[in-house]
Amino acid sequence: MTIETPKPSSVEIDEVKLKLADALAGVALEWSEFRDQYRVVFPATELLKCLNAFKSAGFEQLSDLTAVDLLEYSNATDRFEIVYCLLNVDTGLRMIAKTYLNEPDLTIPSATSVWSGADWLEREVYDMYGILFSGHPNFKRLLLPQEFQSFPMRKDYPVKGRGERHNFPVITRAES
Amino acid sequence: MATQINKQLGDNVFLTTLDAAASWGRANSLWPMPFATACCGIELMSTAASKHDLSRFGSEVMRFSPRQCDLMIVAGRVVMKMLPVLQRIWLQMPEPKWCISMGACACSGGVFDTYAVVQGIDRFMPVDVYIPGCPPRPEQLIRGIIDLQEKIQKGGTINAREFKLRILPEGPPRFDEDELIRIRERNGFKLDDPTYDPVH
Repeated sequence: MTIETPKPSSVEIDEVKLKLADALAGVALEWSEFRDQYRVVFPATELLKCLNAFKSAGFEQLSDLTAVDLLEYSNATDRFEIVYCLLNVDTGLRMIAKTYLNEPDLTIPSATSVWSGADWLEREVYDMYGILFSGHPNFKRLLLPQEFQSFPMRKDYPVKGRGERHNFPVITRAES
Repeated sequence: MATQINKQLGDNVFLTTLDAAASWGRANSLWPMPFATACCGIELMSTAASKHDLSRFGSEVMRFSPRQCDLMIVAGRVVMKMLPVLQRIWLQMPEPKWCISMGACACSGGVFDTYAVVQGIDRFMPVDVYIPGCPPRPEQLIRGIIDLQEKIQKGGTINAREFKLRILPEGPPRFDEDELIRIRERNGFKLDDPTYDPVH
């Protein structure tokens, strides 16, 4: 019995790149690499097509979905970055897929049709950043109260809030 | 008068007031309601466990139903989503009842000076004993319970009329200095500006 030696991840990502170039002909993908982390930036207009292609290329698992507010980054051209951390469960290869989003239209298609695990992750991103995911089956806040007005992970939201933590009735001892 | 009666009755009858008798009983059989939300809860469990053994002080009967308790121990930070729950549990407890605010977070928000964390539960509900520490040692919690027992024995009444006098909120005002700092920061003042005095 021979044990198959695993391919180095640089070879694997080259195969993925070829597959994606086939499946996403005409879509501008921007690849970069940092210490064995492979990243691809794809246009938000082709979001579902790209995500489906990533899944077909072997990335069966969405290990994380999050966002970054680039407001105070001096060299940033866009406001929000949506990050999809993908994992190929057969080979262990990981890839970070990113797309950019700008105000005023913060709506992108939901990834729940591709990976159902995106459900709570997208609700959390909405909760913290106010990014709207169209086509989500149960779209509402995940962590904060439903009546909460702001999106606290945005860089223009003060750390101490806008008085939400003080907006409660006071119970005196005689009343209780 | 009292001494005459004492002479007549000897050691067979013990005279006291109803208030003192009730308070003596209440102080020595506190039933805590553990409202443990963070690491203070671990110390609370340790206090009740065999090493520190809270039952030596008559308050080991932890009940997780507020209807059966008369001492609420708030151990840990309370976030804005949890505060309505805390207030509701407090209102569900029968009279007479007391509240211990255990640890820096429950007393003042501790290091969690963020939008979500309530800066001290005493802003929104009455507190009888504060225990400092992050988290407090079990000995400190026991000290707090002994202090509460003394408080009950000194001021307790049988029909709990001492609570009716506490008609004013006892904590700091809802908007105070740290909120002023926050508003000033929002208006463009910066803390690292040497001319900027955050408090005044």
